[in-house]
Amino acid sequence: MAMEMQKPVPYPSPETQPFWDGCKRHELTLPYCPRCEAFFFYPRQFCPACFSWEIEWRQCSGKGRLHTFAIQFRAQMPGFTPPYVTAVVQLDEGPRMMTNLIGIDPMPENIHCDMPVEVAWEDVNDEITLPMFKPVG
Amino acid sequence: MTLKNKVAIVGADETDEIGIVPDMTPIMMHAQAARNALRDAGIDKSEVDGVFTCGIGGMASTQLSEYLGIIPKYTDSTMTGGSSFVIHVEHAAAAIAAGLCSVALITHGETGHSGRFRRGPRGMGGFFDSSMPAAQFEVPFGVGGAPSAYSMCAARHMHQYGTTSEHLAEIAVATRKWAQLNPRAFMREPLSIDDVLASRWVAYPFHIYDCCLVTDAGGAVVVVGADRAREMKKKPVWVLGSGEASTHQSILGMPDITQTPARYSGKAAFEMAGVTHKDIDVVEVYDSFTYTALVTIEELGFCAKGEAGPFLSNQRSAPGGDFPLNTNGGGLSYTHPGMYGMFILIEAVRQLRNECGERQVKDAKLALVNATGGMLSATGTLILGVD
Repeated sequence: MAMEMQKPVPYPSPETQPFWDGCKRHELTLPYCPRCEAFFFYPRQFCPACFSWEIEWRQCSGKGRLHTFAIQFRAQMPGFTPPYVTAVVQLDEGPRMMTNLIGIDPMPENIHCDMPVEVAWEDVNDEITLPMFKPVG
Repeated sequence: MTLKNKVAIVGADETDEIGIVPDMTPIMMHAQAARNALRDAGIDKSEVDGVFTCGIGGMASTQLSEYLGIIPKYTDSTMTGGSSFVIHVEHAAAAIAAGLCSVALITHGETGHSGRFRRGPRGMGGFFDSSMPAAQFEVPFGVGGAPSAYSMCAARHMHQYGTTSEHLAEIAVATRKWAQLNPRAFMREPLSIDDVLASRWVAYPFHIYDCCLVTDAGGAVVVVGADRAREMKKKPVWVLGSGEASTHQSILGMPDITQTPARYSGKAAFEMAGVTHKDIDVVEVYDSFTYTALVTIEELGFCAKGEAGPFLSNQRSAPGGDFPLNTNGGGLSYTHPGMYGMFILIEAVRQLRNECGERQVKDAKLALVNATGGMLSATGTLILGVD
């Protein structure tokens, strides 16, 4: 646990708090633009596509595909023990988010772009839960 | 109005030493490179009235002007990472063409290697500022340094376009061959594709030889208007075309993970210059990683999207090949202090002036320069030529 605490943790800002509140409930809650009829990420107070400031927060399925990944053989941040997998997941709802792929032996032969993945929650402390992803099935 | 032929680079040089230079701070390197570039141009420091720099604090050009004893009429601290100094050339061209200054000094200096051992506090970059997006949505997942981000871009490119580790290794090897012809290069030992493929992983899909050096170095260039340029003792290197663009800051913001803003800055530069890809004699691009060079070549339009792996195969970009690329030995083998763009620019000037000795590209009259900064975030392209 002491090692875990040394990892950098996010400090939610007013415009991102609903996302992190959702994570705490183990719900993947993303900003949604009714005018574009599309989710977007990372959270802003406005839609980065149409610049509408009338946005909503909606829950996502937590399912997606591994858009891309890399296996970090050097710790890029304190608290991380290599090798670990950094990953960009494309959610079924459209947006992409950065995460770690967990629940898999971090070797090239086990990981492929576009493999199906789903969210796996990691409770870091009382305030923060991180959305990790794991292979489906 | 176009900036074509409005200005020329008339001075270009580096610090006396590059590589491991433990007895210099970054700002000392700025000053020494400035002295050398002004001496190369034959212009006195007192004539400098435009100052362009970054990397020495948030008010970099103000800091440098104070340090050098210059009261500039035009001051520009534009910071786009490694592409800054190439983008500064476009800014200098615009300022000179608008009559806002007449002698522009662009400087760089970093101690990427030795700075790690320096005592005292060092500032953190904006990437880690807790109020910025990446601090919340990338850093907590162990994404930080360039290897962690560029590697993910490369992995998608490999998946989508069939780019292979061998394709990447071709670039490391060809670039090393250029370095072997350059006495100032940091890494000059022979390197084979098998060596690259057998080397340890830094961040899969990158082997250690896919990654640039971490060195100390500084450089500077001097830009003046057309009338002044024609009076210079050395052949002026004309800015025929220029462009700049940024598409994102951290990779989470990339519109397409396999693309870079070189597609925009390159198009603008070619349009301004009115030349085609086939006209270019020598190409100097940023190779923070082998992948950076590979994707930049296709984003600039030298081949179709996704085809740069095969395009650069069979040592096509090595000495003797028909696509001379990164002729100083690149960030991979020559030097890479952190923001390498300045050295791309200096090498292009040296090639066009026919100053490159063994590595000289024969009859080089037209060079393309493209520098990338950040996480493939911002690029500047220049097309340079000599009469």
